[in-house]
Amino acid sequence: MEPTDRKYTKDHEWAKLDEALAVMGITDYAQEQLGDIVYVELPQPGDAVELAQSFGIIESVKAASDLLAPIDGEVVAINEELVDRPELVNEDPYEGGWMVKVQPDDEAQLAGLMTAEQYSAHLKTLE
Amino acid sequence: MTEPLLFELTSPGRVGCRLPAVDVPEAALPGDLLREDLPLPELSEREVVQHFTRLSQLNFSVDTGFYPLGSCTMKYNPKMHEDVARYPGFTQIHPRQDESTVQGALQLMCELQGYLGEITGLPAVSLQPVAGAHGELTGMLIIRAYHLERGDEDRNTVLVPDSAHGTNPATAAMCGYRVVTVPSDRRGNIDAQELDRLMDESVAGLMLTNPNTLGLFEEHILEVAEIVHGAGGLIYCDGANMNALLGISKPGELGTDVLHLNLHKTFSTPHGGGGPGGGATAVTEELGPFLPLPVVARRETKEAGAGRLEYYLDYDRPSSIGPVSGFFGNFGVMVKAYAYLRSLGESGLREVSEDAVLNANYVLHRLKEYYDLPYDRFCLHECVFSGTVQAKLGVHTIDIAKRLIDLGFHPPTVYFPLIVDEALMIEPTETESVETLDAFVAAMRQIAREAEEEPQVVRSAPESTPVGRLDEVAAAREPNLRWMG
Repeated sequence: MEPTDRKYTKDHEWAKLDEALAVMGITDYAQEQLGDIVYVELPQPGDAVELAQSFGIIESVKAASDLLAPIDGEVVAINEELVDRPELVNEDPYEGGWMVKVQPDDEAQLAGLMTAEQYSAHLKTLE
Repeated sequence: MTEPLLFELTSPGRVGCRLPAVDVPEAALPGDLLREDLPLPELSEREVVQHFTRLSQLNFSVDTGFYPLGSCTMKYNPKMHEDVARYPGFTQIHPRQDESTVQGALQLMCELQGYLGEITGLPAVSLQPVAGAHGELTGMLIIRAYHLERGDEDRNTVLVPDSAHGTNPATAAMCGYRVVTVPSDRRGNIDAQELDRLMDESVAGLMLTNPNTLGLFEEHILEVAEIVHGAGGLIYCDGANMNALLGISKPGELGTDVLHLNLHKTFSTPHGGGGPGGGATAVTEELGPFLPLPVVARRETKEAGAGRLEYYLDYDRPSSIGPVSGFFGNFGVMVKAYAYLRSLGESGLREVSEDAVLNANYVLHRLKEYYDLPYDRFCLHECVFSGTVQAKLGVHTIDIAKRLIDLGFHPPTVYFPLIVDEALMIEPTETESVETLDAFVAAMRQIAREAEEEPQVVRSAPESTPVGRLDEVAAAREPNLRWMG
């Protein structure tokens, strides 16, 4: 079961409200599928992120993939530690492997995302 | 490694060749260009030859074994082509020579353009691009130039199916386009309904591969062409998989406007190792004026006693996107592709594709009970399996690939296309005998059995190579590109 304190997309990103900011990352399933992650490219603070559009790139030994934003907003902070330690995304995708903190344009967008339960059910359909 | 580096083999003062005595006045080099040390390896000719020969023997090549690398068409390269490409008339010429002294070379290029135009149904051809992705770039620049010349300046998007080669979206992005992905349907075709929804006046074109990277013919190709053309877009076809269609189906007759060919895949010129390639690009008559400069052409001579033809380099093409490489492209590659076409002829060329498709279906049917086949239909020149059954047993596609090396085969393409989990993409090509295919099938079946009974054997492979599993993660995270420190 995935952590219940956050919301999920069908493309395997998560978003969690922390005070007024939305923290984003990728799910355990996503890191498992990607394999060993070797590089994460993140936006700059001040950049806008747009629902379902790429806000960065994640590269593993197998493939490079876009990171798709779960909501609209403006980047306030990024996880600088991932520059030198991209393996944090493999080791701890839900905490230490977070990617960006965003000021949401509309917090209500989060409500439209999947719950942990719905996301787990979605994963079952992919097996 | 079993072979030391040249730097490790060095012996101070040893030389590989002795230069003749200077017979011109000596002149000193400018002092600021001189350096005290020049740490290059010092070896005899014999040591250098031994070193590189030993390295070549560590390599797996088309000449040593079966090489079913999907989407790469690693067919055998007939040795006759090497002889022909070494004819002095082809090797002892210079691109700056007067046209009248290189008529044979120009004739060869002009005829090759014609043959490729006939095979693709796209009559205007440039031989200049030197690689597949270079041909893609040339093709997309032509599409861009076409829209701009018509004053159609608002098209900023290119559609690319989710099964595409990674070079397709990269090419579109390099041409300044926004890339939008089109999903595949359940039968592995581009989803025509989604395409219809995404296609509008902002779209410059669609980049399609046919047969696609699942090795499947696009069943709705005519409908797809109608949708794209209907909204004013053009169709670029990635010709990497042309080995399935030679003499059978012409992309130009299926609505393709631009197509690149890989001479080093389909037309049997050597491939890989970063060596020279050929990305000839073919377009419709309408797009011909945009081809790179120059194009080789033919005209009647102006001299008296006309009726004789001469070949020349046509630079008078005001709409051209300009040259895309130095001079005329990789000429030696063109000679080999030309030799291939002339030695096969029309019927031989069709047989190439028939046998390539037959071989791929043979492998597909002999392995489908052992590996999951996500799109279960007749394939064309390659087949794509999924290693998901084995993955549940803890043996992943990467392990299967490594185990194949121990059993004497080059692995297929793995983890591509991206829409197939644990993908294994097998392209046997037409040049393999049924005995070779049977041996490969036996090896794949053996690995499937090992995955069930002794997975450790597969997971620890390869055992037979000079080095085992390399640490790809460390190499990517902390690349160290210097031989010393």
